[in-house]
Amino acid sequence: MEATVSTPVLKAATFEGMPKKKRDFFNSIVFHVLVGGFCIIMLYPILWLFGSSLKGPAEIWTNVFALIPKEFAWGNYPEGWKGIGGVSYTTFYLNSFMYAGLGTVFAVATSALVAYGFARIRFFGNKFWFTCMILTLMLPSQVQLIPQYIFYNQLGWVNTYLPLLVPRLFGQAFFIFLMMQFIRGIPRELDEAAEIDGCSRIGIFFRIILPLIWPAIITSAIFSFYWTWEDFFQPLIYLNSPKLYTVSLALRASADPNSVTNWGAIFAMSSLSLIPVFLVFIFFQRYLVQGISTTGIKG
Amino acid sequence: MSSLVQPTTQDTPAAPMQRRAKKKSLRHDNRAGYLFIAPWLIGFFGFTLLPMAASLVLAFTDYRLTAAPHFVGLDNFQTMFLQDPRYWKSVRATFFYVFTAVPLRLIFALGLALLLNNTRRGISAYRAAFYVPSIVGASVAVAIMWRQLFGTEGIVNALLWLFGIPPTSWIGNPNTGIWTLILLAVWQFGSPMLIFLAGLKQIPQELYESASIDGANAWPQFINITIPMLSPVILFNLVLQMISGFLVFTQAFLITEGGPLDTTLFYALYLYQRAFVTFQMGYSSAMAWVLLLIIAVFTALTFKFSSNWVFYEEKRD
Repeated sequence: MEATVSTPVLKAATFEGMPKKKRDFFNSIVFHVLVGGFCIIMLYPILWLFGSSLKGPAEIWTNVFALIPKEFAWGNYPEGWKGIGGVSYTTFYLNSFMYAGLGTVFAVATSALVAYGFARIRFFGNKFWFTCMILTLMLPSQVQLIPQYIFYNQLGWVNTYLPLLVPRLFGQAFFIFLMMQFIRGIPRELDEAAEIDGCSRIGIFFRIILPLIWPAIITSAIFSFYWTWEDFFQPLIYLNSPKLYTVSLALRASADPNSVTNWGAIFAMSSLSLIPVFLVFIFFQRYLVQGISTTGIKG
Repeated sequence: MSSLVQPTTQDTPAAPMQRRAKKKSLRHDNRAGYLFIAPWLIGFFGFTLLPMAASLVLAFTDYRLTAAPHFVGLDNFQTMFLQDPRYWKSVRATFFYVFTAVPLRLIFALGLALLLNNTRRGISAYRAAFYVPSIVGASVAVAIMWRQLFGTEGIVNALLWLFGIPPTSWIGNPNTGIWTLILLAVWQFGSPMLIFLAGLKQIPQELYESASIDGANAWPQFINITIPMLSPVILFNLVLQMISGFLVFTQAFLITEGGPLDTTLFYALYLYQRAFVTFQMGYSSAMAWVLLLIIAVFTALTFKFSSNWVFYEEKRD
């Protein structure tokens, strides 16, 4: 699968007088020292966060560089879990999983339907609406935000999850685009064969298209999960009572720099909030890299 | 036309015609098309167009959520451009951020993509590792971590202390505060890097081979083959990163809170304050529309000037 391409800049490295085999070996060592070293610098802050989440108050600012604490302060975790204002992280995690789970299912399911419509059915205005959809990708959400807020406020939806979840029932432009790219790669003959066999359009979607675009659906679901799990802005605007807080909001509320005394507990909860992100990354990495490479998108 | 009495002769030609008509309907079908895109279309009108129109109207009012709105003409824009120094601070901070963070991020992304574009052992592990900051970068957890890294007791100061440099507050200093956010943006170069890598794999290897035969070495090859062939991807990344740069919010909200002395009061942050702290819905709507115009103008300019440096293969002949 990997294309055997190498960048010329690197090819002409040093060690020119040596025999080829030896030169390759040294090139390879230089490469791994440089790139690997940079990699460690890049990941150090995250490792430091995890390390510090296990340091006691005596160690946390004195033994700063260490990634592994001298004494493991496991107590930071139950201490942090107690949460804020009498609401524990059990509630925050349930909220976050509900938000990310439902939000993802809503967005991905409706996006798949819309993607099929745009990619496979020719209808009056198809190109026009498709262009509109692509343009919304560049639109700053701020131009819709304020009337939306006023509207939800009048409906009595502020301080509920409705303003966060309901809009996801109407598809998300990026996922629609991603799935369309995938559907376009499926031969039309498959649809036509199914049509001749008497399959309805809904049938074609569920029996032919859906099974074939699973990779695109998984990629979309991963992105949706990440963006929802880490979403801070929408919960910040719409959710006021601590009982409704997501993990992100709770972290922000408990990490007020003026009042924090136990940083170990804050780091513990911060580290914990990244665990679902890393688990998804480890298990679905292939789909993510593929999704970015084929459509090219922010992360 | 009197074929009513001849059912047998009509049957044979009609069948393929019917099939053709049906086939055509599979391709062209207004009802089914609109049925499938209905969710998006309803959302587009209800959650995009309608609010946008409302926002445009609000921009010319003094609406504050508590009292009925009054039409105030261009007052909001006048205040914004002529009487609000914080507005200009936010514009300046945003432009500074966009024009430093975006190029730096893309340079790192391209550099690392070039380094990782080979088949050495462990490449996919490096690729994944460099992508990790991109997936966690937007989170509150990373914001908390970043604030501590650059805090007075943080690791950056501890490191500099080893070299005898006295500790300072990187976040609290008006000269350095914004740089902690720029560094955080650069740290997340992983996703444009993956896009560059995908682009590099598309460049035909023959181009490099024939250049080598002609005696061109690494640097001319990079300038004359890699950069032109990659230019559409560079443009794509540039536009994407620029738009998201103009909208920077969360990390500035959490790490520097707009300070010190409004040096990181980014546009989106100031807009948020006007809309949801002082509830000036009219003023913030006006700000949102100016932001839309700024982004539109810069995107259009980027595309306009792209014809000077972006190379499309069709033009080769």
